[in-house]
Amino acid sequence: MRSAASTTRRIPRLLVLLAGACAFLFPFYSMVLGSLQAEPSSEPSDVLPDPSGLTLGNYTAINDRVPLLRAVANSGIFTGGVILCTVVFGLLAGYALAQMHFRGRGAVFGTVLLVQLVPFQLLMIPLYVMIVRSYGLADTYLGIILPFAINSTAVFVFRQFFMQLPRELFESARIDGASELAIMLRIATPLCKPALLTTVLLTFIGPWNEFLWPFLVTKDADMQPLAVALANYISNVAGRAANPYGAILAGACVLAAPAVALFLAFQRRFVSTDLGSGIKG
Amino acid sequence: MSSPAPGGTRPRSIGRSFGRNLLGLGFVSPYLAFVAVVFAYPFGFAVWMSFHDYFFAAPNAIVEYPFVGLENYAAVLSDPDVRQAFGNIAVFLVFNVPLTVGLSLVLASALNAKLPMRSFFRAAYYLPYITASVAMVGIWMWLFSSGGLVNKVLGQLAPEPSWLVNETLAMPLIAVFVAWKQLGFFIMLYLAALQNVPKELYESADTDGASTVRKFLSITVPGVRPATTLVVIVATITGANLFTEPYLLTGGGGPDGASASPVLLMYQRGIEQGNPDVAAAIGVLLVLFVLAVSLINRKLTERD
Repeated sequence: MRSAASTTRRIPRLLVLLAGACAFLFPFYSMVLGSLQAEPSSEPSDVLPDPSGLTLGNYTAINDRVPLLRAVANSGIFTGGVILCTVVFGLLAGYALAQMHFRGRGAVFGTVLLVQLVPFQLLMIPLYVMIVRSYGLADTYLGIILPFAINSTAVFVFRQFFMQLPRELFESARIDGASELAIMLRIATPLCKPALLTTVLLTFIGPWNEFLWPFLVTKDADMQPLAVALANYISNVAGRAANPYGAILAGACVLAAPAVALFLAFQRRFVSTDLGSGIKG
Repeated sequence: MSSPAPGGTRPRSIGRSFGRNLLGLGFVSPYLAFVAVVFAYPFGFAVWMSFHDYFFAAPNAIVEYPFVGLENYAAVLSDPDVRQAFGNIAVFLVFNVPLTVGLSLVLASALNAKLPMRSFFRAAYYLPYITASVAMVGIWMWLFSSGGLVNKVLGQLAPEPSWLVNETLAMPLIAVFVAWKQLGFFIMLYLAALQNVPKELYESADTDGASTVRKFLSITVPGVRPATTLVVIVATITGANLFTEPYLLTGGGGPDGASASPVLLMYQRGIEQGNPDVAAAIGVLLVLFVLAVSLINRKLTERD
């Protein structure tokens, strides 16, 4: 009787969830579909398309206006640089905070928590003045990466993982005369591979999707990440072209694809992970 | 290297503890150096700039930036565009926060059970959150343009002027877009919070014959109150950070500034028009605004 009651209760639940899922997935569906139509159709009757009319023409069209490969490479370098810095500085600081005793450790940990509260809007103008005006780093990879080089969330996540490891493991290595760096690299880090993978995946979507900062520091089209290049195409062309949406949707597909692919491949790592890491927004 | 003596007592010779301090500090120093360069210094610089007549000069030119007290703040507060932008954020929050809290809590409680296709649903809701705003904005522009699918479906009911160029509808549409985009994150947050609501409460409500709606309102909603506080604060911060949507979706905060955000004005005033001091003052006010909303929210949710 209990199970019968729970099945009838499941049906409205499922209907709510299905309706929600449609609302969430429909824009993605229409993005892919529109990008493959010579002229993306807004007619409700065309929601199920004629497969023979599909074309890759929009992808060549956006590639003519935005150097797609170059923009993807820029996004890749930006994202790769941020991931590298996040992992290196995060592992070092997280390990020290979890396993090493030094004067000022509490203050450093306090800093890690405090930095997460500083809003980027406040830093945007001074960082622009410093990086673009004073250091002359406009249109350089260093200038794009610099503000994202540290990630306090990553430090925090690594610290939590390193704290869970048994102390004896480290003590015996120290007695054997291993250096702290060797202990961190050869013992602690391999044991934290899950945390490492999660951090890399979560760090990926930040810079890959980031728009505001690279938009401020890159004026040279050859240096712009894909999000910036596509946004410039949208704001410059959308108003004038007769049918700009095919190219925009094709560009949106290219921009969305890597994050979506990683997400689908590693879904559990994205979902069941430390939720605080997304909070900084 | 420092190795503690067997038996647990640590030798505390000065040289040794100095070496340990140095090594630990060495490990955290790259992180601290970056904090100083990309957070602490710009933070102070922003506040300093907002009290001075700061302007862009050639990189190595030696120029004076005179102290002007609250002049930049006075300029910001008397600027009707800035007032409108802060008002727009209020409109954003009025639409975005109830939508976000309501939908994510309902969907999370629907997901919080043994269900077929559970991981499919989770993935579907999370997908917009992990996808670039610029890509998502491109799709919404197309769907909500005057000849777009949404208006075609609405037919006679389609708004005139259309969504993105309508002064009344532009900001609410941005609020709906952001709610849709971020909902997956908040659903996961509520799913985690729901694990802490005692199952016995639902069981005893079941024996009392309580309806699903009744249980939701009397057990679930109060049970996840701390998470709701967090959701409201994060939604507020997201609203205060708004830039991409008014810049792209409504073509630079249009129509007539109806969807302009403070960060968009910081960009226009500070970088396009060359008044970084005014932009820094907007930034300081924005942070104070977020702090005030967060404190009010905490007071309200912790009342009982």
